[in-house]
Amino acid sequence: MLLTNIEIIPGKRITKHLGLVQGSSVRAKHVGRDIMAGIKNIFGGELKGYTELLQESRDEATERMVEQARAVGANAVLNIRYSTSSVAVGAAEIFAYGTAVVLE
Amino acid sequence: MQDLITFLVLLTFGYGFGRVIEARHYKSIISRENKFRGIPAVAIKVPPLGRPFTVALVQGNVVISVDYFKRFLAGLRNLFGGRVTSYESLLDRARREAILRMKEQAASQGAKLIFNVKLTTSSISQGRRGQIGSVEVLAYGTAIIE
Repeated sequence: MLLTNIEIIPGKRITKHLGLVQGSSVRAKHVGRDIMAGIKNIFGGELKGYTELLQESRDEATERMVEQARAVGANAVLNIRYSTSSVAVGAAEIFAYGTAVVLE
Repeated sequence: MQDLITFLVLLTFGYGFGRVIEARHYKSIISRENKFRGIPAVAIKVPPLGRPFTVALVQGNVVISVDYFKRFLAGLRNLFGGRVTSYESLLDRARREAILRMKEQAASQGAKLIFNVKLTTSSISQGRRGQIGSVEVLAYGTAIIE
């Protein structure tokens, strides 16, 4: 499965357009990480726990998008976009979407 | 009285540690930026045509928090208005770090160029009193591997 955030792949022709595919993941952080983050909020600096958490959920959202693309018979997802929103205090939603296509 | 002491202690700790952490972070950012100067990350959408290549999606993210002292300063700034420099440096560090992590990933795959770079910023922890506190920056783009 080819994943990219550009719209055309040079030298390859799109033979079939299969529409939008998407994947999302909502994750909350556990209390231990919250406490660590609270301490880090005093000293400043990177919140490694949150960086990992968001990376994991982004990977999961991408994975779900890929699954959906595979289900419709695509071999590439073009024009991928990511967006983040906080749905509630302590939980973030990661959303990945793109266009599923068949490349020759 | 107790509250005041706690507040002053937090302020001192925040000032001391925050300064050291920020200075160290900037030093590391600058040295790594020089190291990855050979892999430009550009925002153009159309890939350079010519030689054949393969593409790969690369990304880097980081969550950074401000220290207590800077948050206090930003709170004061809200009263008078003007540039909130303490948050400016926070966002600057976060963006540069995210781009560097993206470049690191691209370098590990042997890429020469990253294009169509997008940056998204979100405030993840709303803080206990609705303050900004920490931001997440994600940088992603398409790496060209020859």
